[in-house]
Amino acid sequence: MSQISTMASVSPAPTGAAVEPRGPRPKPFFTPRKIIIYSILVMFSLYYLFPLYVMFTTSLKTMPEIRFGNIFSLPTAPSFDAWVKAWTSACTGLTCEGLAPGFWNSVKITIPSTIISIFIAAVNGYALINWRFKGSEIFFAILIFGSFIPYQVFLYPLVMITREMGIFGSLQAVIIVHTVFGMPILTLLFRNYFASLPQELFKAARVDGAGFWRIFFEIMLPMSLPIFVVALILQVTGIWNDFLFGVVFAGTQNYPMTVQLNNIVNSAQGTPEYNVNMAATVLTGLVPLAVYFVSGKWFVRGVAAGAVKG
Amino acid sequence: MADTALPLEAGAKVNRPSLLKRIILHNLPAKIAALPMMVTVLVVFVGCTLWTIYYSFTNSKLLPTGKFVGIEQYERLFATSRWNVSVTNLITYGVLSLIFTLVVGFILAVLIDQKIRFESAFRTIMLYPFALSFIVTGLVWQWIMNPTLGLQGTMRNLGWENFTFDWIANPRMVLYALLIAGLWQGTGFCMVLMLAGLRGVDEEIWKAARIDGIPTWRTYVSIVVPMMRGVMVTAVVIIGSGIVRLYDLVVALTNGGPGISSEVPAKYVYNYMFSGGNIGQGLAAATMMLLSVIIILIPWAYLEFGGKGRRT
Repeated sequence: MSQISTMASVSPAPTGAAVEPRGPRPKPFFTPRKIIIYSILVMFSLYYLFPLYVMFTTSLKTMPEIRFGNIFSLPTAPSFDAWVKAWTSACTGLTCEGLAPGFWNSVKITIPSTIISIFIAAVNGYALINWRFKGSEIFFAILIFGSFIPYQVFLYPLVMITREMGIFGSLQAVIIVHTVFGMPILTLLFRNYFASLPQELFKAARVDGAGFWRIFFEIMLPMSLPIFVVALILQVTGIWNDFLFGVVFAGTQNYPMTVQLNNIVNSAQGTPEYNVNMAATVLTGLVPLAVYFVSGKWFVRGVAAGAVKG
Repeated sequence: MADTALPLEAGAKVNRPSLLKRIILHNLPAKIAALPMMVTVLVVFVGCTLWTIYYSFTNSKLLPTGKFVGIEQYERLFATSRWNVSVTNLITYGVLSLIFTLVVGFILAVLIDQKIRFESAFRTIMLYPFALSFIVTGLVWQWIMNPTLGLQGTMRNLGWENFTFDWIANPRMVLYALLIAGLWQGTGFCMVLMLAGLRGVDEEIWKAARIDGIPTWRTYVSIVVPMMRGVMVTAVVIIGSGIVRLYDLVVALTNGGPGISSEVPAKYVYNYMFSGGNIGQGLAAATMMLLSVIIILIPWAYLEFGGKGRRT
């Protein structure tokens, strides 16, 4: 894009040009163009980083320091007191147990939901590609269209269904709901992935007499580690970050971390303790952030995979 | 495809199996395995949608048992100022959010695509907010925009007495506060999509454009962007359906306030269903949300699947 140097040889040479130097022109690092590009990028980076900075510094300050009113300043004497309080004793409107119960609820919701939804979606994708039956494509099409429908449309009927099943207000209800709404994107991911595998493998196994499950477990699964990682990242962050299903289906004692966090910050009585609020916010964000920074490129692949192919 | 290509079904019969056998027994393990998907599709995506549409025409209050009242709920809906404010807000926010997300996402992708140094560092910084929940996003920005102790207070303490950034407390500006937080969370994702699209453009096209002496910006606008149609459409659909769902961010950042100035339809639905005790009204609102998504989706579906042989 910047190869003005390569164009130089094509465009008519300026009058009286001496010997044209060969090879790419050595580029100085500080060209005006580069400076503009980098300064725009740095400005945007500040916009993206500022909340992270504020979140961390505020959580390490004391309340008198915060009341002094400088959001940019570093904490003079960093302390984790606010973190401890946020974790163990911050008050929601109802109780004063901090975020810890919410954290464990989120763990209890995220792990089974992730495993179940990924397993079901993997089987779906496999059946859709290798064992098509009459109507399977129609089911898939509805599934994909369904993923665009706002959740509000399904909320009340699902409340009634889970109530009928006797699991409304329990972890099972949330897990089922996450499995249901994770299905479209995950099925799409696995379907596209299995479609990209060579069909000969499947056919060879069929010729050798392997059945549905045997081929799935012994041939397909060992080859699909990359897509499992993508699905895992997608589901762990997605389910951890969910608010709506948690607040509707989990019941008060099972509220996930996001709901607890919102209750701590937005419905607490008395003078707000901004350092505790920010500590609680950081704590809630830590899990997805850890997933993000550990997974690196895989995260990008995860968010782009479903989208670009869809 | 695979099973028709392979006549390997156990005991390949000469007679055609009966209809029942063909529907149920053929490929049975696959059907059993796909049962959760079928149940989900039939019960949730089809069943619940129809249920919601049907009961939006009843006068259900605390329980969905009301009798059929035609479009009464919809008349009430559009006579409720809170709903109208919600819709106006969503349209304003949605249009601005869509335009800014696409434009900023595209510009960032173009800048990052200039063979710069620290590319992955910039990408990491721009995408990390996308890993965070809307609740976290909303609460952080709520703190930053806190009029007394946040950015405004800080700037005033530092000597800019007239510095004003009280958007979350200002009914006329609160949507822009939402926008700042929403863009912070979502533009990185759009950038990643756009970058994937840019990288998918053949290097030869750039060479050809260069040889023809077409300026870089012109190449982007006239050649590259039209070539990225697939990615653009995908981005619009994903961002668009995300905008219609906008809920958590509002709950965390403003909770609809000040007053009702930042209410959105998803919140209206929730409040009427679960705390207002007026299910019929909530369902009517949910059906309107469904309708708006269908209006977004149909042109897309037509473009993507209507024309045969078109690449996505």
